[in-house]
Amino acid sequence: MGHRKWTMAIGSVCLAALLLAAAPAYGQVDLTGAWGPQGYTEDQDERIPGPALVDFVGLPLNDFGRKWALAWDPDRLGLQEHQCQVHTAAYIHRGPLQVRIWEERDQQTQELIAIRLYTSTYEQNRTFWMDGRPHPPEYAAHTWMGFSTGKWEGNILTVTTSHIKQGWHRRNGLPSSDVISLVEHFIVHGDQLTHVSVVTDPIYLTEPLIKSEDYFKATNPGNNWLWPCEYVNELPGSDRTRVQSFMPGENPFLREFADQKKIPVDAALGGAETMYPEYIKKLKAAK
Amino acid sequence: MMTNRFTKALPIVAMLAASALLVMRPVEPAGAQQKGGGKAPAAKGAEPAAAKAAPKAAAKGKAGEVHSLKVQGNIYMLVGPGGNTAIQVGDSGVLVVDTQYEESAAALIAEIRKITDKPIRYLVNTSVDLDRVGGNAPVGRAGVPIIGGNLGAVAFQNPATIIAHENVLARMVNAPEGQKVDNPDALPTTTFFEGQKEVFFNEEPVLIMHQPKAHSDGDSIVFFRRSDVIMAGNTFDMTSYPRIDVEKGGSIQGELKTLNLLLDLCIPKHEQEGGTYVIPGHGRLTDEHDVLEYRDMVTIIRDRIQNMIGKNMTLAQIKAAKPTYEYDPRWGKTTGGWTTDMFIEAVYKSLTVK
Repeated sequence: MGHRKWTMAIGSVCLAALLLAAAPAYGQVDLTGAWGPQGYTEDQDERIPGPALVDFVGLPLNDFGRKWALAWDPDRLGLQEHQCQVHTAAYIHRGPLQVRIWEERDQQTQELIAIRLYTSTYEQNRTFWMDGRPHPPEYAAHTWMGFSTGKWEGNILTVTTSHIKQGWHRRNGLPSSDVISLVEHFIVHGDQLTHVSVVTDPIYLTEPLIKSEDYFKATNPGNNWLWPCEYVNELPGSDRTRVQSFMPGENPFLREFADQKKIPVDAALGGAETMYPEYIKKLKAAK
Repeated sequence: MMTNRFTKALPIVAMLAASALLVMRPVEPAGAQQKGGGKAPAAKGAEPAAAKAAPKAAAKGKAGEVHSLKVQGNIYMLVGPGGNTAIQVGDSGVLVVDTQYEESAAALIAEIRKITDKPIRYLVNTSVDLDRVGGNAPVGRAGVPIIGGNLGAVAFQNPATIIAHENVLARMVNAPEGQKVDNPDALPTTTFFEGQKEVFFNEEPVLIMHQPKAHSDGDSIVFFRRSDVIMAGNTFDMTSYPRIDVEKGGSIQGELKTLNLLLDLCIPKHEQEGGTYVIPGHGRLTDEHDVLEYRDMVTIIRDRIQNMIGKNMTLAQIKAAKPTYEYDPRWGKTTGGWTTDMFIEAVYKSLTVK
């Protein structure tokens, strides 16, 4: 009998250990449902009307990124192939948008396979794989939303994304390269969701770019709009092979934003220094 | 009865064999056939002289692993030491676009064999570069042509048909002494001189489109029209500025024409993504947006250098002015076979040639 008890006890411990080891990646909190923007008061100029030309303030861009943006002529967006260009996963949460989140679970085991996110702007779908699969090899294609894997860190969903296309860190020509990496944290507080993103760009940034946006639980989940973009050539006879750009040192808008805001051009040209509160002292001293 | 049938069939077989002998080249013994992966046998006859002369260390760098990625439809991208190879796979066999280096051919064949056991029927060379043609002999020997049918394949062990623009063949056989490719198995067997060569294979139209004066004077891009995939060869390089070989007839104008043609051929599926895929000669798989950003960059740099030439700046002054500055961290190189300086020089030469 004693031997049998011991056997059962050891068996139970082993079974418990096995169950724990094989425990599916259940979410700690429920992210599912529709989420709407919690206003756009923070960074309003950038997020709604759009940033002014040569407003690079508060971004840790390096000189290569700055020069790239200074050569960027907004007329380039008129080229047919640029017209339906999407904000990348690293920028799209700036909005305006509404997101819908749902889970994909294994029918048999109810194990969480993925968390899906639909973004109404540009009709983009994101998949956060929760099943431990690896990222694709470096030679795989890149997409606007990239390839994402997620994991729970306590009550925070942390998502790591690679394979993102070239896009912009700010939609006034500031480039984001096609080798960026993105780490996001989705944090739920009751009916609110905070999204924090950390973008690392070894080509155009000197340090990680950290942004946050807030959402509230939408009472009407049917508010996801569609975005059927069709590109057209609106100027008959125009040369589609011509790429508009400003020659180095000849951007006609260099001073426009700086003069309007009464700040030095150096401040408008951004850089990591302009992200931090200490820079205000420097600006005041310069006056 | 059996003997009678055999006797009747004999003259027909003999006739076919004689015809085949007239049109076919001397071939390797049957042991040269490579069917199940593993190391490909060395081709008989002379190896490309350049490969012979290459130091052992360089040859070692050209060997190495080959990996595959399903693109879509019938097309796979194979990534190895020589950059990218495209293969089209179907019931009729395998069409291989670019054969990488000779040293990596065994790995390339082994990777193809992981995907299909169908015979390799065609090779296509998109230019004369060693990373495009280096593996022609062993990869061709691992296959069989359609011409000659089973008779040609079994009785004569002919290698797969090799298609290229005639300038590729001309440059291979007319290369300076010491660089000539005199192994007949490595040479294109079907060349074309008109705008494009068309092949219907694996229930798919395949357009081999010559791109004059782009990366060189013998470039082709290969458009798999049903799978909606384009193999761009060395006209498009996702790891560096475009390699414009002015000495071999390349030019910035032709390079941009090819990039603009790629944009015309690409149709994105949704919001400027997916749809037509483009396999570059080197680097990751791309779609229209990637080609677009690359085309924009090359055009902008061309415009800057043209502008500087208009101001009577010398090549040295143009290099010092860094017309590629903001693109260098992603695309530029200061060492190796294709540096930023070499790119600027090629653009300058293209724009100033009389």
